[in-house]
Order: sequence, then C-alpha cells, then structure tokens
Amino acid sequence: MSQQYQCRIYVTLRPSVLDPAGTAVQSGLQQLGYSEVERVRVGKYIELTLRAEDEETAKQHLDQMCDQLLVNTVIENYSFELTPVA
Amino acid sequence: MKFGVIVFPGSNCDRDVEMVTKGILNQPTRFIWHQDTDIDDLDVIVIPGGFSYGDYLRCGAIARFSNVMKSVMEHAKQGKYVLGICNGFQVLTESGLLPGALIRNRDLHFICDRVPLKVEQNQSVWTKNYQSQQILTLPIAHGEGRYYADDDTLKNLEDNQQILFRYVNSHGEITEDSNPNGSLHNIAGICNQQGNVLGMMPHPERAADQALKAIDGLALFQGLL
Repeated sequence: MSQQYQCRIYVTLRPSVLDPAGTAVQSGLQQLGYSEVERVRVGKYIELTLRAEDEETAKQHLDQMCDQLLVNTVIENYSFELTPVA
Repeated sequence: MKFGVIVFPGSNCDRDVEMVTKGILNQPTRFIWHQDTDIDDLDVIVIPGGFSYGDYLRCGAIARFSNVMKSVMEHAKQGKYVLGICNGFQVLTESGLLPGALIRNRDLHFICDRVPLKVEQNQSVWTKNYQSQQILTLPIAHGEGRYYADDDTLKNLEDNQQILFRYVNSHGEITEDSNPNGSLHNIAGICNQQGNVLGMMPHPERAADQALKAIDGLALFQGLL
C-alpha cells in the first residue's frame, strides 16, 4: 500500500552566485532599523504531495524531480523534508 | 537556407525573426509550434525572445521539456544551426545545449536599451560577416540576462573562443560600467564548442531593417546563407 507524503523543497542560490534580491532585502531591513541583519539570501520554497511505496522511494523521486526540473544545479542548491500524511 | 522559428506560449519575437529571414532575406521560413516534432526539413532553428510559459519556475525551464526541444537537441547534435535569442538563450542554457545560466540582472531591473557590443572573433559562421573586434549596437530587453558560469566553464569558453559577443563601452573597452546586467566576463553571447549553436541576450532581429535605422544585426543572419 502506498503512502502519501507532504514534501517541502527549499531551493537556494549557490554561495558563489551573487544574490541582488537578497542584497536589496537586506538593505530594506537595515533601513527599517534592523541593523543586526548581516546577510540575506532569497530562495524558493516548493510544496508538493506525492504517493510512494516508502520514504526511500519518495526521496529518490524527489531528488530526480529536483535535478531534472525544479532546480538548476548550475546556480542553485536544494534540500527537502518530507512527512507522511496520516 | 530554410529557417524554422519556434513558437512557445509566451514567445513574442517570433514574427520579428520571420520578418528578417523571410521578409528581408527572402529565405523560406516557417513557424514551429512547440508541440510539433518534425523539423527535419529545416537548416536553421531559431528560438526567439519572449516569456515562454510565463517564465515560470525559471526562464526557459519549462520550455526545455516541450516536445519540440527533443527535436532541437537532435538537430544540434547533427551539427545543424540553432540560434537562441534572449529567452531562446535561456532555453539553450536550461537544456544544456550551452553551458552556464542566465540569472537576475545585477540591479534587479528589466533593461530595455540599445548597447554597444564587441564581436570577439569572426571565425564563426555567426560572425563571419563582421570584423573581429568590430563594435555593434544592438537592442537588449531582459530582466534575467546576467550570464553566470563557474570558473572552469568560463575558462573553457575563453580558451575555446566561444565568447562571440561582449558588452563594451563605445570605445570597445570591456568595463564594469558598460556591463548592463552584471554578466560574468561581460558575456552577451556564446556558442557551443562545435560552433553550430549560438545563444545571445541582444536582439539582432530588431536591428536588421534599414527602415529602423539600425542594421547591425543583419550580418549575423546573412552569415548563415
């Protein structure tokens, strides 16, 4: 019997890629008075649900989805979390 | 030479290209809908500018998986010509036909302007009708045109003379001020190692008609004939 999983995928720019949006947000925060902010990087968050036989298979498929479409590994890194839906 | 211009949902420079290849250069040209796969009759495939699939996820990321792109990969593998302009360049990097990626402009703005470019070498089919080091003026119109690649890739591009166009100032100098979008090495256009695939952010098709008083892009298309 397959299990449904709730997946949360975080896509971030690789450290070597400059992030002008992050820099703009950082200066906005600092202008608001949050001088403690030292570094902002803006990324993407993708939510999806899928069905798989087990968690290992679900992770394998997520890796493939990220490599093929969701992430451009030339400029981005990713990580994900998944939880079984009861 | 028979030209094919790909039309994705959201392409908006397809007719401009046809105007040049068919209207000005009298070459047979047909549009290719993104779901078509039969492009065997064509010599040159042009992937035009625009916002294919609304630029969702990343520019060019969805277009890369359209039916027609499998045929375009095959077309390129056979050594036939592929030209990607603006969004077309983004599709080519996403699909792996060209290395690197195009990311958000340094200053976050969409830039619509005419900028000076330098032709780096004229040993390529794409630039053979220009002088090496010639300064051109071509329109640019993009929000995500900043060329990025890792150091090894950049070194390969430089060593193999794959960089065909660079952003320069009006004296032909490569400076940070003349770099509109923050592209690494001021890169505006590159070809693959074999030289049959070209991707560029500037729009040669928008500067190829005497009526527009801008014809610096015409020689690129004439080089193919």
